[in-house]
Amino acid sequence: MKSRQALAGWMFAAPALIVIAVFFLLPVLAALGLSFTDFDIYALASLKNLRFVGLANYLVVLRMGLFWKALGNTLYFVAVGVPLSVAAALGAALLVHSRLARWKGFFRVALFTPVVTNLVAVAVIWKYLFQQRYGVVNYALGALGIHPLDWLGNPHLAMPTIILFAVWKNFGYAMIIVLAGLQAIPGELYEAARLDGAGAWRQLRHITLPMLGPTLMTVGLLTMVGYFQLFAEPYVITEGGPLQSTLSVLYLMYNQGFDWWNLGLASAIAFVLFVFSLAATWVLVRLGRRKGWV
Amino acid sequence: MNAARAAAWSINGLLALLAGVTLFPLLWMLSVSLMPAGSASSFPPPLWPVHATLANYRALFVGADLGRYLLNSLLVSGGITAGSLLCNLLAGYAFAKLRFAGRERVFGLLLAALVIPAQVAMMPLFLLARELHIVDSYAGVILPALASIFGIYLVRQYARAIPDELLEAARIDGAGELRIFLRVVLPLLKPIILTLTILTFLTAWNDFMWPLIVLTGSGHYTLPIALASLAREHNQNVEMLMAGALVTVLPVLLLFLLLQRYYIQGLLLGSVKR
Repeated sequence: MKSRQALAGWMFAAPALIVIAVFFLLPVLAALGLSFTDFDIYALASLKNLRFVGLANYLVVLRMGLFWKALGNTLYFVAVGVPLSVAAALGAALLVHSRLARWKGFFRVALFTPVVTNLVAVAVIWKYLFQQRYGVVNYALGALGIHPLDWLGNPHLAMPTIILFAVWKNFGYAMIIVLAGLQAIPGELYEAARLDGAGAWRQLRHITLPMLGPTLMTVGLLTMVGYFQLFAEPYVITEGGPLQSTLSVLYLMYNQGFDWWNLGLASAIAFVLFVFSLAATWVLVRLGRRKGWV
Repeated sequence: MNAARAAAWSINGLLALLAGVTLFPLLWMLSVSLMPAGSASSFPPPLWPVHATLANYRALFVGADLGRYLLNSLLVSGGITAGSLLCNLLAGYAFAKLRFAGRERVFGLLLAALVIPAQVAMMPLFLLARELHIVDSYAGVILPALASIFGIYLVRQYARAIPDELLEAARIDGAGELRIFLRVVLPLLKPIILTLTILTFLTAWNDFMWPLIVLTGSGHYTLPIALASLAREHNQNVEMLMAGALVTVLPVLLLFLLLQRYYIQGLLLGSVKR
């Protein structure tokens, strides 16, 4: 009886485990191996041209000016984009959750909609909304007396524009989670505060925000891990330009791997990015622990 | 009571403003997609199609093979959804309810692997696809997505609530494990099946990087890949691109609106631990 159940257990788990092992876990291990070789277009033609090169790829990456540029861009995107996204999510969630808000169902769906849209499609929309001459954004700013800006052609503005795009696209996801966090706060806390004469602002500061700590932490971590994988946004909107100001690490990996077929080097880039993303997660978790949010 | 009314006005006003910001780009897309070619690129930028036309859609479906990409997307996303639903349900149930040696260790390993981003695997995955001769084919996109750790986790969390007595009773009645899964377990998992279906379909539909890599010729392009390539080739034709964007967005948007309760439930279950 027991052994029949055990057999069934393995049989049921087997299809999924085989897929995950063959198409994910083994490739990850292989990527580590690949990053120690000079796998390039010649090796793609014949494996005879493949050589073990030890840590050479990692040294190349660390000496590559473009890698540091891409890393700087990615960190900029993460460092500005994550707090902005979480702040927008918190603000939106507080508004939707407010007792005074009407049509809550409609607003929740409306604010969440960008999350389920297709990234490529909305990136293409964004590109034309922020176009310098005919874009609606510059037209609206013009009405306020602001001169047209070259959002996507100016190396100092392109990344901020992509950050705005990412916030627009993603804040609804975090908002839904924060909303669930808000609903979990016991109502008695607010009643007690009201009896003590605390106004809306003090209730927010002394009840809502502290109680939301763990939720905001989760949302921040999820958003951050996702933002380290920046790729499709610059691929569609700016193609990494202007002057490589929106080139991300993952974009560089894609270029090296699938435009130039330097698969060894690309694997090394992937692992270096992974290490940076893990390190950032570790730092955030440590900070959260100190506050008791993890 | 004037302060309260002012507060209500400002809260609802802010909400309306925010909803305007999230919805405007989508409404603009719809509007521009109905404009005659070339008319959106003028100043001031028109917000409304004065002479509405479906010419852009016709040009896309007749001239740019959009119907084919739409079909590709449906096939690939449908295939991934059906296949991974089967794999994840079986595995999630097994990890939750069937006792077998090594179960906890294997599941722990899977959870640990969740921290590894998919991109790390992509270079060897491409080489593997080449060995299997599935580069530039539907199988190349579908096969690697036929199971997901997150999906297994979701099913396992949900299936753990199934009482053991129910399963034991079926076993005493002489039912085999597969029969128990089909007749007893699956009906109980219905809500999570819907959740998983919509999550998987949306993820598959919107997936970008791997299809971009593995689909080397345009014959098997999914909609996002085709749209990205159209956007590079026809930089000037805003109206046609907006029609293409609309076709890419609309199917999943409708699916979401239809099943939003299940989608959001999956989102919340997933955020607890991922």
